[in-house]
Amino acid sequence: MSVNITLLLIMGALYAAGIYLVLERSLTRVVLGLAMMTNATNILLLATGGYQGLAPLFNAEIPPEDYNDPLPQAFILTSIVISFSVTAFMLGIIYRSWVLGRQDEVQDDIEDRRVASQSSYDAEDDADVPEDTTEFTPADEAEEAPGSQRGQGTGPTGEAKR
Amino acid sequence: MNASSFAPLAVVLPFFGAALAFLLIRHQRSQRIVSISVLTLTLVLECILLGAVWQTGAQAVNLGGWIPPFGITMVVDQFSALMLVVSTAISLAVLIYAAGQGMTDGDEDGPISIFHPTYLILVAGVSNAFLAGDLFNLYVGFEILLTASYVLMTLGGTTPRIRAGVTYVVVSVISSVLFLTAIGMIYAATGTVNMADLAIKLGELDPGTQMMLHLMLLVAFGIKAAVFPLSFWLPDSYPTAPAPVTAVFAGLLTKVGVYAMVRTETLLFPGDRINTLLMVVAGLTMLVGILGALAQTDIKRMLSFTLVSHIGYMVFGLAVASVVGIGAAVFYVVHHITVQTSLFLVTGLIERRGGTANMDRLGGLARLSPLLAVLYFIPAINLAGIPPFSGFLGKLGLMQAGVELGTPLAYILVAASVLTSLLTLLVMARVWNRAFWRTPEDAVHPDPILLATTTDGSTVRDSGNVSGQSSGRFGGRSTVNLLPKSMVYPTVGLVALGVSLTILAGPLFSLSDDAAQDLLDRTPYIEAVLGEGSAP
Repeated sequence: MSVNITLLLIMGALYAAGIYLVLERSLTRVVLGLAMMTNATNILLLATGGYQGLAPLFNAEIPPEDYNDPLPQAFILTSIVISFSVTAFMLGIIYRSWVLGRQDEVQDDIEDRRVASQSSYDAEDDADVPEDTTEFTPADEAEEAPGSQRGQGTGPTGEAKR
Repeated sequence: MNASSFAPLAVVLPFFGAALAFLLIRHQRSQRIVSISVLTLTLVLECILLGAVWQTGAQAVNLGGWIPPFGITMVVDQFSALMLVVSTAISLAVLIYAAGQGMTDGDEDGPISIFHPTYLILVAGVSNAFLAGDLFNLYVGFEILLTASYVLMTLGGTTPRIRAGVTYVVVSVISSVLFLTAIGMIYAATGTVNMADLAIKLGELDPGTQMMLHLMLLVAFGIKAAVFPLSFWLPDSYPTAPAPVTAVFAGLLTKVGVYAMVRTETLLFPGDRINTLLMVVAGLTMLVGILGALAQTDIKRMLSFTLVSHIGYMVFGLAVASVVGIGAAVFYVVHHITVQTSLFLVTGLIERRGGTANMDRLGGLARLSPLLAVLYFIPAINLAGIPPFSGFLGKLGLMQAGVELGTPLAYILVAASVLTSLLTLLVMARVWNRAFWRTPEDAVHPDPILLATTTDGSTVRDSGNVSGQSSGRFGGRSTVNLLPKSMVYPTVGLVALGVSLTILAGPLFSLSDDAAQDLLDRTPYIEAVLGEGSAP
């Protein structure tokens, strides 16, 4: 029947590391940061259940105050499922970003800068397609990657197909 | 049988439709029939629900037979029923538009096949958020709609969409983490997440703790509702998505955030503790948003900025916190969902007809397609608030509320809202002048289709008539209908709905005032959930 200091410390460390990682430019680190922040929140939810207690399996002989509060644990289960799906989706996006642009970084919004300098700029027609600079993948393999031509074409061919 | 027992169907039916549409992923035609008929059925049920709630006031449904505050509760009051009906009606119109677009372009495979199931899940999430009677279920509703929106935002996976998708997903996840943390804190402080129960128990907490919980929730919802200074992500990510997706996002997603803010302000944390803060935020949202819109040349980006700007009006109504103010805010939400969605749909048509959504490259559309011009013009001046359209009525209500409050800050806000309204008119008129009014020759790099029409004087109906078509917009296919009826009719319907809000303004205002009365009163909501005599 005591507060679990270890869990609280881990929670604080996870929040700190998570926030630090989310502020990085590399997308993989951002995903790791998000995962840490959601897990820190899960530990916080666990802590809201109060002191340690018995598993909430009903037994008429045990007084109610000896049980642990099961509701935060149900919250955590839901939250784990949600963060799992979001992490999977983010990894998909990162892979796609790497296939298209060979980069694993948060990209600048080029349009924002162009809007100021060039009035007839059209985001879909004129966007720069990043050059393939990687040394890891041969060029022909990049061609075969699904949809890679769409990214390397003049732009709106993929746009009209949605 | 009580009409409120229909309420869970508003969530279950779209989910069921999504499952069915997913099974029919190889059969485009039956997929379309399934998703459109499911949404129509949902809309009919929600109309019945609204009719019932209009008469009786708030009603609650306890799922699984658990007694509140222990089980999951769904609550329907006038506000949530109205939001349900409007959101599903808009979703249906956009779905028909999107189906029409898919049908005309003849896409039998590709990313569009995932569109229908995901879209229905989005609708289910939105309905769940509107119906949620406890904070955690509200969180789940948010997550359902956000996860569906991640997929829709990055549909097709092109470079700009992936770039915008990263920003969108990261910002949304962080706001969700903040929301979940706030739920954890609230549960630790009160031992419940049922909103009716919280309405009673939160008031007994220490004022400092209340303030912290209040602000945490408000920041989380502020990010979702795109309130300045938490609005930076919206104009960056919305414009890259496909036109129907942007339209439904602009109409619904931010409004779910506004809905959650209204619930927080009225039900959970009543009182005028942070109304001054809300007023300042509302004024800045209006002005910064519309100034951003002035700088844009891409119509979709410009509309995203006006979307941010007009969220400020709703926050203004909320900050005044009188029956007139919140009633006008509720009316304004309904008006804005309809008008903003129809503007985005029209922009989709402009992009199709003129080859681009960049207003510097467009020209002469008024002569090429008078129908398109009318379809743009009506919602545009409706948004700017020209009488007798509903935008004017909503803004009038808000200003009335501001003047009634009578503080100097309220007068400043009234002035700011007039200024924003004028600037909106200016922004809308710029698009009109450039894209519709001037000749195509004045445009910079006009699309071949625009020019081809003026040389021989006839109207080009499909892209096959244009010789030397270089843009390759339609993937090499020779004839593509530029303004297919299946896309124009839903847009016409939505524009007509926006106009009809003027005619229906009387009953709608009385409904929204009733809703505001119940929101501020709190007793109907609490008693619907916890039973008679439970309200403090």
